Amino acid sequence: MDATLSGNTAHRDLLRLITCGSVDDGKSTLIGRLLADAGAVPEDQLRGAVPSSGNNSLPDYAMLLDGLQAEREQGITIDVGYRFFTTPRRRFILADTPGHEQYTRNMATAASAADVAIVLVDASKGLLSQTWRHSAIVSTMGIRRVVLAVNKMDLIDYRQRDFAEIVAAYASMAGQLGLSDVTSIPVSALQGDNVIRQSDATPWYQGPTLLRYLETVEIPDASSKPFRFNVQWVNRGASGFRSYAGTILGGHVRVGDEVAVQPSGVQSRVARIITFDGDLEEARAGQAVSLTLADAVDVSRGDLLAGCEHPPHLADQFAADLVWLDEAPMLPGRPYVMRLGTATYTATVTELKHRLDMNTGAGRAAKQLDVNQIGFANLGLDRPAAFDAYADNRNTGNFILIDRVTNGTVGAGMIRFPLRRAANLTWQNFSTDRSARSAIKGHRPAVLWFTGFSGSGKSTVADAIDKRLLALGSHTYILDGDNIRHGLNRDLGFTDTDRVENIRRVIEVARLLADAGLIVLVSFISPFRAERQLARERLGADEFLEIFVDTSLAECERRDPKGLYRKAREGKIANFTGLDSAYEPPETPDIHLRTAEMSVDQEVELVLQSLRQRGILG
Amino acid sequence: MPVSLNFLEQLEAESIHVLRETAAVFSNPVLLYSIGKDSSVLLHLALKAFHPAKPPFKLLHVDTTWKFRDMIAFRDRRARELGLELLVHTNPEGLKAGIGPITHGAAVHTDVMKTEALKQALDHHGFDAAIGGARRDEEPSRAKERIFSRRNASHRWDPRRQQPELWHLYNNRLGPGESTRVFPLSNWTELDVWTYIAQEEIPVVPLYFAAQRPVVERDGMLIMVDDSRLPLRPDEVPQERWVRFRTLGCYPLTGAVESRATTLEAIIAELADSRTSERQGRAIDHGAGGSMERRKAEGYF
Repeated sequence: MDATLSGNTAHRDLLRLITCGSVDDGKSTLIGRLLADAGAVPEDQLRGAVPSSGNNSLPDYAMLLDGLQAEREQGITIDVGYRFFTTPRRRFILADTPGHEQYTRNMATAASAADVAIVLVDASKGLLSQTWRHSAIVSTMGIRRVVLAVNKMDLIDYRQRDFAEIVAAYASMAGQLGLSDVTSIPVSALQGDNVIRQSDATPWYQGPTLLRYLETVEIPDASSKPFRFNVQWVNRGASGFRSYAGTILGGHVRVGDEVAVQPSGVQSRVARIITFDGDLEEARAGQAVSLTLADAVDVSRGDLLAGCEHPPHLADQFAADLVWLDEAPMLPGRPYVMRLGTATYTATVTELKHRLDMNTGAGRAAKQLDVNQIGFANLGLDRPAAFDAYADNRNTGNFILIDRVTNGTVGAGMIRFPLRRAANLTWQNFSTDRSARSAIKGHRPAVLWFTGFSGSGKSTVADAIDKRLLALGSHTYILDGDNIRHGLNRDLGFTDTDRVENIRRVIEVARLLADAGLIVLVSFISPFRAERQLARERLGADEFLEIFVDTSLAECERRDPKGLYRKAREGKIANFTGLDSAYEPPETPDIHLRTAEMSVDQEVELVLQSLRQRGILG
Repeated sequence: MPVSLNFLEQLEAESIHVLRETAAVFSNPVLLYSIGKDSSVLLHLALKAFHPAKPPFKLLHVDTTWKFRDMIAFRDRRARELGLELLVHTNPEGLKAGIGPITHGAAVHTDVMKTEALKQALDHHGFDAAIGGARRDEEPSRAKERIFSRRNASHRWDPRRQQPELWHLYNNRLGPGESTRVFPLSNWTELDVWTYIAQEEIPVVPLYFAAQRPVVERDGMLIMVDDSRLPLRPDEVPQERWVRFRTLGCYPLTGAVESRATTLEAIIAELADSRTSERQGRAIDHGAGGSMERRKAEGYF
């Protein structure tokens, strides 16, 4: 390592960068050069990377960069690795996304935090479709500064003209993608030309070496933006002391500044800026501090403290670019957990406008987003959120989506603009409420949600229960899958996307009927846990009963009352639940009807008993 | 406006952000305090993150009973000075069976007294997030480790269950029995740690500083004779040599390096010249290829 490191480090700042390219472009060699020449690879690790069979004096840098044994054994790298190196001027965090698999997903992850992207091109091959893909992801993720590293210049005898052609071709690509700050450098990672040392082989090149560029490029600074501070944690001390811990995500703040608590909009003034090392008079973007306010206003985790002059957007709907990270596709209408700042929402994609064709950049109509696809969509939240456009502030315009069943991080989003549709609609409260409706009917409203395979007996048992309830004087209504598909949902098919929308509409209808005081019997296959969970949340746990009509697939197929299984087996019906479309059985249903062990009468008794126990029936 | 942040201030802010997230979103976090320099930095950052309050989590030390005596003394003094609650756990079955690094070898000892013991303590207290001081620069297999690393109900690490981490948005949702290891120092290097210790005047165990200590040379490592439990081989005579430690663990498994660095400045200068990684002194790392990763999959920290 450079001996100057032991000197004063106080001035050294931090640059986060990513490299885009494949092993074929010589990316590993380039990274290895940077790391090894900057002294960032310890000798024992370097020794471990020299291949036993290799006759090359250079270590195999791919071995240095491939961290995981499982990946090494499979000969693939599937993830993001972080490497650090330091020069007298700067500290660097390099995020590398090796391999071709899951490229979009990994590159988006690595790019999310990066200030600069190195796009690597093989000089002997010129621009490839992957160059476009890499640059599109860089642009989508909000990186504005790009180094076009034209590598393997030694293979084309360092010809200036070939270099200039590649640079010109890339300029038009970058222009289309809105990448306005591109620096092109002719390099040979293998020979070390223009990586760290200026090369004699390119006397026609007057620009900086790669390292020189990285050491001097201006790092984006959020402190000139409007003030933003996400509350992470509330410290509650003695005698009503409250301090709000968080990181400043934009702008700066001084003691005495007026701030608004968003989304409530309540205003106060900053009383103190507290740190472990003493109070500050002012603080700027990037600092983790604690604030106290002059007034005892309500502030909790998830709130955004913002300057009053440039308030953030407030909306429960917005349009965003969405990168899909999960093997299971994004389905419009399906509820996801959203982390936006330090707040958590339930969010759905209300409309998928298009997905990006990663080869041409054109928008294509799509019903769903698959893994590694990028789309443009409208999203709806369960309540208003405070945010900025991602282009205005990367820290306050981003979000992730989490699957509610697998708990996996499945999507990442960059907000473009708020949608005001719901802003002028307010909920109208009427004087007759649901308890009054319930009282007149002599029972509480409820939704009995029957789920199970086609032919499992959902409609049969729902019908029998309905008859008994009517005989008891209850007010009921049956929503049946097939019947609803003849009317309200006649525009929907049987793809996963349409199934989700099918259920969403039924949930809303059931909710209206329950609000009218009825006992609603819903008889739908409803194959996905996520939608049944949504139903439970929309309807309320004390009014919603999930009833699993548990008949084996083999038995359903044997019965085949509508002849559907036969048709599906003959290939005349696609996306048939249980055959080529998944059914996710309930894990803990409220009532479990094991039809092989019970008669329909016994099933009816079991359900009525449960309704009495829950106080739904008097 | 205050001047822009230098890299150490940025790393500090990032770590504080991670510590606050951990406290806010998990129901029962714990800080794994292993007494070393990284733990000292971690503890200091935790004091900063929640100031003026104390950190809202306890400290846990997994004691193999083979740590350097200086470490234990330092541990108890720090917890007392700071007024923090310190939990100490030793694997009772391992203790009863007399498991130790000399009698059973490094692998068995580490497995039973460290990995198993840690799982016992996490299960016993129901901790859903364990904060540790591991860094990505320590070893190649750590370079891809997440800041929030998910473990299944038997504390195993499955590369396929790790979640992408974008921006500073961390996914804290866990399935039944799952837990998280949190690594706020992921982006720090060994040199950063020492530079920060010097800047912030953070107390560390004296063993990091060079002094004359009784050592024997064994299998290419300098092992300190910390107590009478280390059986000497026939040809071994402890020698007083100027040594210090780059990492601290169980003393029979931790190699010293020859050094005259008695001050922080000297340590930083030594590191700036050094070209070997700090884990080189750990006997446990030098198994078959990727052994660190295999132990990580089994639940080693």
